[in-house]
Amino acid sequence: MSEYLIKNGHVFDPVQGIKGDKKDIGVKDGKIVDKVSSSAKVIDASGKTVMAGALDIHAHVAGPKVNAGRWYRPEDKHFDSHKKPGITRIEGGKSIPTVFKTGYEYARMGFTFVMEAAMPPLYARHVHEEIHDTPIIDEAALPVFGNNWFILEYLKNQEIENTAAYVAWVMRQTKGYGIKVVNPGGTEAWAWGLNCLTIHDPVPYFEITPAEIMTGLMAANEYLGLPHSMHVHQNDLGNPGNYKVTLDSLKLAEGVKPNNKFGREQVMHSTHLQFHSYKGENWGNFESGAKEVMDYVNKQKNITIDTGNVTLDETTTMTADGPFEHHLHGLNHLKWINVDVELETAAGVVPYIYDPDIKVCAIQWAIGLELALYAKDPMRCFITTDHPNAGPFTRYPRVYAWLMSKKYRDERLNTFKHADKVISATNLSGMDREITLYELAQMTRAGPARALGLMKDYGGLKAGMNADIAIYNINPDKFPSDGAAIEKAFANVACLLKDGKICVDEGKIVDVGKKHTFWVDAKVKENKQVKHDIKEKFLRYYSLTENNYSVPESYAPHQHIISVDATQ
Amino acid sequence: MNTVTLTVKKVPELYLECENVNPDVFAGKTADKIAKLPGYQGKEISTLGEYFTIAGEAGATAAETKIIINGDCSKMKYLGAKMTAGEVVINSACDMYTGSWMKGGKLVVNGDVHSFCGLAMAGGEFTINGNAGNYLGAAYRGDWRGMSGGVLRVKGNAGSDVATFMTGGEMIIEGDVDIHIGTHMEGGKIIVKGNANRRVGGQLVKGEIYIFGKINVMMPGFKPAGEVALEVDGTKAKFVEYLGDLGERHPKKKGETVYGKLFLKQ
Amino acid sequence: MPKDVTDVICPFCGTLCDDLVVTVSDDNKTILGVKNACAIGAEKFNHQRLPGRVTRPRMRQADGSFKEITYDEAIDWTAKMLVKSRKTLMYGWASTSCQAMSIGHEIAEKVGAIVDNCATVCHGSSLIAIEDVGVPSCTLGEVKNRADRVIFWGCNPAHAHPRHMSRYSIFPRGFFTVKGHKGRKIYCVDCRYTDTAKCADEFIQVQQGYDYELLNAFRTAARGEVLPDTVGGVPKEKIYEIAEDLKQGRFIIIFFGMGLTHSMGRNHNIDIAINLTRDLNDFTKCAIMAMRGHWNVTGSGQVLGWQYGFPFAVDLSRRDQARHQTGETTSVDLLNRSEVEACFYIATDPGAHFPVDAMISSSKKPTVTIDPHIQCTTEISDIHIPVAMVGVEVGGCAYRMDNVPIETRKVVDPPEGMLTDEELLTKINHRVDELLLAGGA
Repeated sequence: MSEYLIKNGHVFDPVQGIKGDKKDIGVKDGKIVDKVSSSAKVIDASGKTVMAGALDIHAHVAGPKVNAGRWYRPEDKHFDSHKKPGITRIEGGKSIPTVFKTGYEYARMGFTFVMEAAMPPLYARHVHEEIHDTPIIDEAALPVFGNNWFILEYLKNQEIENTAAYVAWVMRQTKGYGIKVVNPGGTEAWAWGLNCLTIHDPVPYFEITPAEIMTGLMAANEYLGLPHSMHVHQNDLGNPGNYKVTLDSLKLAEGVKPNNKFGREQVMHSTHLQFHSYKGENWGNFESGAKEVMDYVNKQKNITIDTGNVTLDETTTMTADGPFEHHLHGLNHLKWINVDVELETAAGVVPYIYDPDIKVCAIQWAIGLELALYAKDPMRCFITTDHPNAGPFTRYPRVYAWLMSKKYRDERLNTFKHADKVISATNLSGMDREITLYELAQMTRAGPARALGLMKDYGGLKAGMNADIAIYNINPDKFPSDGAAIEKAFANVACLLKDGKICVDEGKIVDVGKKHTFWVDAKVKENKQVKHDIKEKFLRYYSLTENNYSVPESYAPHQHIISVDATQ
Repeated sequence: MNTVTLTVKKVPELYLECENVNPDVFAGKTADKIAKLPGYQGKEISTLGEYFTIAGEAGATAAETKIIINGDCSKMKYLGAKMTAGEVVINSACDMYTGSWMKGGKLVVNGDVHSFCGLAMAGGEFTINGNAGNYLGAAYRGDWRGMSGGVLRVKGNAGSDVATFMTGGEMIIEGDVDIHIGTHMEGGKIIVKGNANRRVGGQLVKGEIYIFGKINVMMPGFKPAGEVALEVDGTKAKFVEYLGDLGERHPKKKGETVYGKLFLKQ
Repeated sequence: MPKDVTDVICPFCGTLCDDLVVTVSDDNKTILGVKNACAIGAEKFNHQRLPGRVTRPRMRQADGSFKEITYDEAIDWTAKMLVKSRKTLMYGWASTSCQAMSIGHEIAEKVGAIVDNCATVCHGSSLIAIEDVGVPSCTLGEVKNRADRVIFWGCNPAHAHPRHMSRYSIFPRGFFTVKGHKGRKIYCVDCRYTDTAKCADEFIQVQQGYDYELLNAFRTAARGEVLPDTVGGVPKEKIYEIAEDLKQGRFIIIFFGMGLTHSMGRNHNIDIAINLTRDLNDFTKCAIMAMRGHWNVTGSGQVLGWQYGFPFAVDLSRRDQARHQTGETTSVDLLNRSEVEACFYIATDPGAHFPVDAMISSSKKPTVTIDPHIQCTTEISDIHIPVAMVGVEVGGCAYRMDNVPIETRKVVDPPEGMLTDEELLTKINHRVDELLLAGGA
């Protein structure tokens, strides 16, 4: 394999604490090395910013609901489907890009790892078929567990060991990466048209509460010692006043200790927090609860979060929070897809327009930015758009520009139709903080890599780590004062190396690399009870046989298996 | 206003995609330059010059440009589509997407048009001095934003699925229409001077539909609400007013439900 | 010793039963028996061993007869046809694997073709309706475990999806449906008394072509508004009574078929049925599902969805963009209007299903058909390339009518030397690359 020497770039690497110093980075055999031979090709990065490849900790990029959102929205791509220069396929879709566009666009922005945030186990084969077809980027997927009948039954009796054994079995069957929880209990209630809006609402029939589900799954996660923590989308998403439910949920992590060999420090990852940080009683007196939520997050060290920034675009919302999508459809009357998945989960899809002329949308926009700006520890706060829910991931460069330039975000804030009302319902106008390049590297590289248990290989530029390197046309000594220039620089890398190969050259795709699918194989003690329960449920309640449930090897030809052993 | 005259010299073997034939693309171009604009048949990229003789010169802007097209355009798609200003006169029948996504200006077709014409029209005047096919002034697949503005007039008949998801503007069909007119309509006005077949105003949320002739089968979700005397597109007459679709959702204004309205001429 | 292969997936209809047991001979060459399948499904497996099966490509001669040619010759001819044609229809895909489709799409993108699947003459109208208004649905296991009101509207699973009623919709006992059939109220709405209607608690006979009006009446009744005395032949009292009963249900499922998709108004019938489903969710839980026909037509929509963002009728003819417009880029319209110059059919039989005008138009164009068997379309093709039967002689992914993917199983070896769809398409793809590199055909 070829060797490279990236010379004279301004390096930002939280793993080694490098804050923009000029430093050369060597690459050999897909890894970063201290020294390269004289035959190494030189990449001149002078006057440019060098970071590790970015990681997206939460995006909906593959699977049944993503694809339903794609194909039922021809209008999302009718005039927006093109083949670009380079060795590419046709790229289509604005709010939900096709798999080809997804891979290329992430790579063009300097990303090398993306976590698909919600995989219904029954549909795991579909998720992996799409991951297989997504070029360049490494991916993994989180199976959803928060409304699964096995889990509800085991946790009703606090059977952590059985819960863990079942989780391990599902992850092996589905090639899953960790434990995702979406609207715990609420989605099962939705199968009867109901919901759980607080963490103490009982789940119909199963007689368990969301609090018990989250507590139990956190315990199972640490029992197994998984690389990632429980990853939770809390109850009562998207409703005014929900910050209280959010705080109640976050408090469940108090006193829980991480147990893993990956350097992960959190026991709960709370996702798209923007949707959960709302004050007020209704849409009329709706206001930001970002400060209250972040004050708590800042002092509670075993929690990580991601933002879920609203980008003010027309997009397509999609979530395993079935009742929420029904509720949203009731508000905007746009076309509604719902899929209830036997024994496991549900999902909904509704298009949504975040109109800057609508006060609530503008406040949501401000809340997302406030969360990142309030974060005291950028290693625990990650930037996402909960793609495509708060906006498409292709808008990351704009979100970064808003966070890095007060001038840029103030221009946006002050030109809203209801600017005065938005300013008085939020704290953003009084916030002067501008996220630095180093902090950005923490929030998009080192931080998410640590939270996902991938810090050995991802998120940094230390010798021995993966040679996933993004070089941006940004000179930190002459950092652009113009927000649009920041956006442009982050949208198209000067160069992206993935596993030591140049995949993107000045925004053009030149190599599709060799993508890896990550999953976690957790070894547990033999558990006859769980085996029996699985057999029983497939015989009586599933609509397919146990032997047809697993994801065949051929779906993930380049799999990277992380093993954990919970038998000790 | 400058005039560019296009005369068909070769009828395409398949169908020619003429998305470059509109005042916006022509603006500021000489006949030579216009002749070099691409036209498409599948993967074959040819030029407009291969299919048309081009005379005259465009104005500096779309608004100052008039295009006259002579000869057989029945195998040409996208004529006048996406135009925002200026004028286009087509002295022929033409194929799909004529005047679709039109935002302004004036488009006249002296002949019949095929389906998907005037799709999601947002402004301007579009007159068809012949018959129109299906999906006239409808929304593109999946979109909830159909025709939103402008005036679309058909001298002859129109097919099915006319004005689906219409949200604004005015459509006048002087002849008859087939099934499904104004489906999912949420604003705007449709006038049919001839007969309507069936399924008029199905799933109508808001907006007005006027039928001068007969409706073969009335939708069950419409209820009569009295008689009114009106002047509609120059015709004074008595109409029976119906409210509907009662099976569909409706917005509320000041506590009152706003229904869609169907007027049937006496 | 003959052996049993278990958990076999039936490659016949969209029900995609996955509990078949197939007995095969010791040498993996012959199917000796099929258990658990319906009559049609069993026949699909039995076909495998029928004598006289074509095992090598055939090319039509000037006198109309077929001559055996090699796979290489057939591949070369096909690739040349694709490279030369300005616009090609690549239709079918419903009876092959998703993996094969993926290769087909790569070819289509290179040569400038329109990829369309059997939905175009089947549930395409349902897909249009879903594009317009979405769809609240569920997996088939949800029906089994929860449904207490089941409506069959314009579909006849007793004939078209024979095991549907026993596996999912009428008879099974599920988690919350311990009484099975007795705990469910079954409605059948159709213009004629079908064998499915015989299984229903209530049969509602709708006048042909009045489904849209009747569904409108149900929506109107559910909102408590006034109705005319009869709608589509059904008295208003009955309509109010059923609307009320549905609101009392805990979990309602509506299954629909060709009676809605292919009667007057097509997509609008589905559209309004979906809207009735949506309305009922304001009172209780309600889902709706299309009774998809071919076993993997759903899969074709999924793969096209993630690769191009449209479920069928995907126009890649310009090679630099993907477009979709049913009525324009749909197979029958393309053929009727003679908008394509060549036809490539795979894993389907348009000759048996398309309107005669469309097939007359097709028969005048260079045509290649890829299918395991001799069928109507192979007989009007220039070349017929036989392939292994997917789901019998080779595995591959398929999507059930509720979009649940299942990897089908290989149970026996294909005839000696016979290529699979994936192998064949890969070879055609390579040959296309060579031709394009050399500057055309």
